Amino acid sequence: MSDAAALRSDHPQEVRHVARDEYLATVKTLADEGYAMCIDLTAVDYLELPGRQLPDGAEPAQRFEVVVNLLDLGNRRRLRLRVQVPDDDATLPTLFDVHPGTEAMEREVFDMFGIEFSDHPDLTRILMPEDWVGHPLRKDYEIGRIPVQFKGANA
Amino acid sequence: MSETTLPDTGTDFYQRSVAGTDEGEQQLRPRSELSAKELMREVGSVLRMSEADAAKLGDLPDDPDEDQTMIINMGPQHPSTHGVLRLMLELQGETVLRCKPIIGYLHTGMEKTGEQLTYAQGGTNVTRMDYLSPIANELAFAMATEKLLGIDGDIPERAVWIRMLMAEMSRMASHLLFMATNGMDLGAVSMMIYGWREREEVLRFFQEVTGLRMNHNYIRPGGVAADLPAGWRDGVLEILDMLPDRLDEYDTLMTGQPIWRERLQGVGVITPQEAVALGATGPILRSTGVEWDLRRDQPYMHYDEMEFDVIVGSYGDAFDRYAIRLAEIRESMRIVRQILDRMPAGDYRIQDKKVTPPPRARIDESMEALIHHFKIFTEGFKVPEGEAYVGIEGPRGEIGCYIVSDGSATPYRMHMREPSFVNIQCLPHMMRGGLVADAVAVISSVDPVLGGVDR
Repeated sequence: MSDAAALRSDHPQEVRHVARDEYLATVKTLADEGYAMCIDLTAVDYLELPGRQLPDGAEPAQRFEVVVNLLDLGNRRRLRLRVQVPDDDATLPTLFDVHPGTEAMEREVFDMFGIEFSDHPDLTRILMPEDWVGHPLRKDYEIGRIPVQFKGANA
Repeated sequence: MSETTLPDTGTDFYQRSVAGTDEGEQQLRPRSELSAKELMREVGSVLRMSEADAAKLGDLPDDPDEDQTMIINMGPQHPSTHGVLRLMLELQGETVLRCKPIIGYLHTGMEKTGEQLTYAQGGTNVTRMDYLSPIANELAFAMATEKLLGIDGDIPERAVWIRMLMAEMSRMASHLLFMATNGMDLGAVSMMIYGWREREEVLRFFQEVTGLRMNHNYIRPGGVAADLPAGWRDGVLEILDMLPDRLDEYDTLMTGQPIWRERLQGVGVITPQEAVALGATGPILRSTGVEWDLRRDQPYMHYDEMEFDVIVGSYGDAFDRYAIRLAEIRESMRIVRQILDRMPAGDYRIQDKKVTPPPRARIDESMEALIHHFKIFTEGFKVPEGEAYVGIEGPRGEIGCYIVSDGSATPYRMHMREPSFVNIQCLPHMMRGGLVADAVAVISSVDPVLGGVDR
């Protein structure tokens, strides 16, 4: 992974791996340090890349990873937090109280990945219909196909 | 507040701020101690009710004795909702109490699609997300890919300047369209026609350069798709010469006009604390007086060498957001003039055989070139393992692209941070306590693009 290679130039990539039980406390501490804005919260399903390498000191890799982008307006810095979330207990505490703007983003992650955010005020589907089954951005969720008359037909 | 005791552990920041004040219980508490309730004036402005629950309300018997509120739907087929945004509004008479934006009507799983397309094809996908700022989407995607490839410092100068030119023209086009729709939503129908007319001039320029009015797929990893055509400078100058007078006309038509000001001033107010807490960026954040523009504060490309002003408002109302966008068109024109002066000659894409196909003419004479060309367009190019996030200043706020690569030719995960998606959360807070008629002004001033919201 390119963590070490925090590249020169325009968009510095500063990454910090955070353990799940320290996640909320870390975000709060960072908020005091000036990271007052949560720009983005998303997730990645690493189902197809088991045993991927994470830098030393990080928690062992799990299936899901929640990625949080924080912004410090005063000092003009950015920080990306990466949190490992296991498949069998896909929950995280919500950031709603620290950053109310994560409400929609956490709903999206819940909708697309099935990761639950405890104490979220309204953890419902946001993009898919309310009665939808499954979480589309998981890697074991089939992509839909429209049948085409000739493609791949048995000649 | 009276029961609040100071926590034992505090950060340095906290200790310092306590030492610096002596105001007893009123002293500043650290940010981490604040909850959403304190950050926002009214957490209760968001209506949190499922559609099934809302449907059940219709079956309740009327109770004329109770002070009744009413839940109504606005949209998704309402002309002022800019596409297919649906709002569930709780009204008391004509006053909006709570509101819930319901989105997803345009959701087509573009992030999932992005996992099927190669990096070379990805531009066609992301350009369709926020369809009013296609160039900005492509730029974020291309820059994130380049970051992963490690070539982000090697993009030829001309390509970088072309990208800046196109990005600024795209911002102008997007804000011009905002002028049109904002006017239309508030009943200034002539403004609608004027705004579309001017935007069309910019799109005509885009068509000359990229071949398409919208959804260009012009900015690609490694550079841009084609060099600027002959006569591009005249095309730009024509627009730059035409616009100032037209913008003055907008000022005459709207800015100073009493009806326009009545409709916008003091409507949809949001505080800087709220805007930051909600993650709002772009003109919404700036309307509250927070000076934050990625072009100036975290500069990329050559924006640090450009002279332009970051426009901020002071009241955080709909009028500020209108005025900021109008002024930003003028600032973009300033930047474009500087770009015209400095456009260098040279390559328009990186000469790296890995990501750049051979020139068309070579294909006719060289078998290897043909194979090379074919390989890049069928298999794509492999991108080293890693993850990168790149955020740029789009017309509506920060457009970010987060890509995870597993070393193959398609992204393992491609996520776009769409400003509209986040900004739309401001709606309930802006509408709280306002009139239904102002709700239209508020939606319009947030300027959401539903293609970007739903992806």
